Amino acid sequence: MIPSAFEYHRPADVKSAVGILQAQGDEARVLAGGHSLIPMMKLRMAAVTHLVDLQDIAELKAVSIAEGKVTIGAMVTQHMLIDNARLAASVPLLREAALQIADPQVRYCGTIGGNIANGDPANDMPGLMQCLDATLGLAGPNGTRNVKARDFYEGAYVTACEDDELVVSVTFDVPKGGHAYEKQKRKIGDYATAACAALIEMDGGTCRSASIAMTNLSDTPIWSRSAGAALTGTRCDTEDIASAVTAALANINPTEDNRGPVAFKMHVAGIVIKRAITRAIASA
Amino acid sequence: MSKMHLKLTVNGQAEELRVEPRELLIHVLREKLNITGPHIGCETSHCGACTVEMNGKSVKSCTVFAAQADGAEVTTIEGLSPLGEMNVLQNAFREHHGLQCGFCTPGMITRAHRLLQENPTPTAEEVRFGMAGNLCRCTGYQNIVKAILAAASEMNAAKEAAE
Ligand SMILES: Cc1cc2nc3c(=O)[nH]c(=O)nc-3n(C[C@H](O)[C@H](O)[C@H](O)COP(=O)(O)OP(=O)(O)OC[C@H]3O[C@@H](n4cnc5c(N)ncnc54)[C@H](O)[C@@H]3O)c2cc1C
Ligand code: FES
Ligand code: FES
Repeated sequence: MIPSAFEYHRPADVKSAVGILQAQGDEARVLAGGHSLIPMMKLRMAAVTHLVDLQDIAELKAVSIAEGKVTIGAMVTQHMLIDNARLAASVPLLREAALQIADPQVRYCGTIGGNIANGDPANDMPGLMQCLDATLGLAGPNGTRNVKARDFYEGAYVTACEDDELVVSVTFDVPKGGHAYEKQKRKIGDYATAACAALIEMDGGTCRSASIAMTNLSDTPIWSRSAGAALTGTRCDTEDIASAVTAALANINPTEDNRGPVAFKMHVAGIVIKRAITRAIASA
Repeated sequence: MSKMHLKLTVNGQAEELRVEPRELLIHVLREKLNITGPHIGCETSHCGACTVEMNGKSVKSCTVFAAQADGAEVTTIEGLSPLGEMNVLQNAFREHHGLQCGFCTPGMITRAHRLLQENPTPTAEEVRFGMAGNLCRCTGYQNIVKAILAAASEMNAAKEAAE
């Protein structure tokens, strides 16, 4: 359980971090909380010769909520997300989901940026960011560019983040309406067997907008445009919810693993999607 | 690959040593500094037996590189009772049979210590949630929860008496 040897770097700002990534090419990897990367390195499933620890970069730890926009630095930990009262008041969905990730020790270390950039379909933040329609800020040799969370994931562990880039922030509008994050797992601290994030805005009994995203049910997170469309403009009665669930299930493609066979995952997915939508409507 | 010069404070004492960056904090503590309170249960980030406090956070020291701890303040179970006497939590674990084989106990108590710093009056539910990163194969948890709640009341009573 000892990883292979590497050079350790601890830059003090984003520019120097990018400089190291640029100089070392694909031999270098960024280290955030380490709670996905270190286990992979210990299993020697990730080969890294230059490790770039972001812990000293203060600018990546900021949270701002202003003019209806939320911006969170990549190095903000899951613990900080839970602990930040202003954030909990503006975006209760984020706190609700962060509390369902791993266990306290992991949440003190694991960061929002690492969870988003990792690319493991089992991570909870990616689906959540797609539900919130977040924009990711990526810093690279030519400055910073923005990529929508809904365009960021290409396959398992394959994202739009280039080898010489790092995720610096996420930005999204303060969500309106009701919300829910429903996660089915084998035990506390486990990754999702299936999870669903829902944000639903109601206007006098009619659904004005609905955003539905799912975790660990395909090789990327899945935002279901058709599930949202099935609810928008309706009164969200039992049949409308059933059509949205059917639409969402048509977008996913789970595979069999130690969390169960495909039929079981589709069954669990149907339940968590329905619960998330129902609860989001109730709180809208 | 080159070794690095590591400086950290462990249980209030400044330490300086040379390590390879890939060495894990748990190995440095146990093998280089002879601090054997934190245990290695799984070495895969699951059991919490290796829990120590680093810069005021409970961490699984099998999932922290020594290099990441450069400049850090680390507290282990040894640091929670520096005079060699049992502290309130340790006594409560003994009193309420919060351990059997004792393998998980240093991690349990180190984590419980931080939990009570952050939430001095937890409910049983909050204790269970806050201790979710620590596994015990012996006790069935019931008495661990009892011990932590008892320690919390005792600490709060002592605080009130002092005020
Ligand atoms: C026991 C256990 C249970 C867990 N359960 C869950 C769970 O239920 N749900 C869940 O979502 N996660 C879970 N995790 C994973 C945990 O949340 C990780 O912390 C998280 O996935 C990665 O964040 P990190 O900061 O630790 O990133 P790291 O492990 O440091 O990095 C992960 C990957 O992302 C890259 N990276 C990190 N930061 C950046 C950046 N800013 N820009 C570009 N690339 C970057 C790294 O190079 C690496 O490839 C669990 C982990 C453990 C050990
Ligand atoms: S030994 Fe570190 S979590 Fe089990
Ligand atoms: S007392 Fe034996 S593992 Fe907890």
